[in-house]
Amino acid sequence: MPKFNFKKSRNRLEGLVNQLTQPSQPAPNVPDSLCVPCPGCEVMLFTSELAENLNVCPQCGHHFRLSAPQRIQLICDAGSFTPWDEGLASKDPLQFPGYAAKLRHSRLKTGGTEEVLCGAGSIAGTACAVFAMDQDFMMGSMGSVVGEKITRLFERATRERLPVVGFTLSGGARMQEGILSLMQMAKTSGAVKYHSEAGLLYITVLTDPTTGGVTASFGMEGDILLAEPGALIGFAGPRVIEQTMRQKLPKGFQKAEFLLEKGFLDAVIPRKRLKATLAHILRLHREEEPHADGSV
Amino acid sequence: MPMEAYEILQTARDTARPSGKQFIRKLCTDFIELRGDRRFGDDHAIIGGIGRLAGMPVTVIAQERGEDLNDRARRNFGSPHPEGYRKALRLMKQAEKFRRPVLCLVDTSGAYSGIAAEERGQGQAIAENLMEMMVLKVPIITVVLGEGGSGGALALAVANQVWMLENSVYSVISPEGCATILWKNAARVKEASAALHITPEDLLALGAVEKIIPEVPAGRVFDNLKAELAKTFTALKALTPEELCGQRYQRFRQYGVYAEG
Repeated sequence: MPKFNFKKSRNRLEGLVNQLTQPSQPAPNVPDSLCVPCPGCEVMLFTSELAENLNVCPQCGHHFRLSAPQRIQLICDAGSFTPWDEGLASKDPLQFPGYAAKLRHSRLKTGGTEEVLCGAGSIAGTACAVFAMDQDFMMGSMGSVVGEKITRLFERATRERLPVVGFTLSGGARMQEGILSLMQMAKTSGAVKYHSEAGLLYITVLTDPTTGGVTASFGMEGDILLAEPGALIGFAGPRVIEQTMRQKLPKGFQKAEFLLEKGFLDAVIPRKRLKATLAHILRLHREEEPHADGSV
Repeated sequence: MPMEAYEILQTARDTARPSGKQFIRKLCTDFIELRGDRRFGDDHAIIGGIGRLAGMPVTVIAQERGEDLNDRARRNFGSPHPEGYRKALRLMKQAEKFRRPVLCLVDTSGAYSGIAAEERGQGQAIAENLMEMMVLKVPIITVVLGEGGSGGALALAVANQVWMLENSVYSVISPEGCATILWKNAARVKEASAALHITPEDLLALGAVEKIIPEVPAGRVFDNLKAELAKTFTALKALTPEELCGQRYQRFRQYGVYAEG
């Protein structure tokens, strides 16, 4: 199979396909066309087939990125999710050049939701606080809104004695908010710490890509750290490291499997097994066993 | 006329500026360096130890850029690896055990971005410091001496108070990095320096720091700083561990500007 530019061919294909058909249900982060090439193995995949397979390539196992609502849908019991703090929206505290326009553009793109979806839901019957970050809003970068929503989520989960299950995805800090963005790392870490000191469980699922300030705060602070196969996870991004080191990075560097080998993750879990794995871990941490015979 | 952000940035980075080591010498008596993270190695980009500040035993943790060319190379120009942050945390926990206040001196362009740093968990090491510093039961004061570069600075700055020298900066990203990423043009560094609000005056206005330490007259800066530190540590020592941790949590809890719909 010849190598080809994923983006270029995708755009061309989308153009062709969109003339023929209107996609009935656009799935975020998977192009709204009949077929997409897999970035992992370059095989052309039917989007319907991909969606049925949880947006994992049936050929090579490449995990396509999911939107925050798709994440919630994947792991929460049907109809159990209630969003928290939906009304929080970014401002432009430093009047940073171009930021206000960028915010407007991102809101149009996502239909109003910001970079992280928070709320309560149940996973195989266990009540949890849940968060999922979204790439469509400025690449899940952490500014005041992410910091505040995550902090509120942990504070509320501490009060209500709920475990937290969170999906991280972030390009790093929201530099347009300057130091306020950096401070969110400390703020969220404090809330995670108090949740932890209350004896409550926090499971982090690191998804592609999780970098920068999120990795160096609530991304790496879970009691149990899981990741999706092939997810890029790091503090510095690969391009920054290449510039610093002036050398090419080894294959697989900063991928989930690499971090597992280095001792920084508990397990790499394919999407298909994720809900069952989360349910298993949550059951092992239930404060009271519902049945005297030990079954749950 | 006040100095522009870019001028302050350049002054903050001046290699002729006193480094962490010199501040330790001038601020402390009886200093003894304590090395190693007990896990992997000893990071020379961070110096830790115990000394007396105005007679009071304190744990000091300082980022050190190095004093001459050889020293700078040995200290990786002040960019720590994970073992540096783990050494810092080890010494902070030790300070807690012996009820000593902690003084952190920040001077780094950032946590090192390299293969080894990633392999040994740079993100995890910083994250752990943020969590553990938040609940440390002794007073912590952080002073930014020169450059306070992003997460690599914050990992020593979850403090009860954060101060800055008059010609220092504290930023979420280097202005060069910001200009490169946002505008694909590193030459727009002056503009980025201003836009990011990195100067002591800017940060005081945003409530991100409590105090600016004047650098004139030059001969007085160490004595002034020492007197301010002794006074503030004494006041903080009067607080209970719960009050100290509560104050620190609230200090960081308030940061953020957003609309509530």
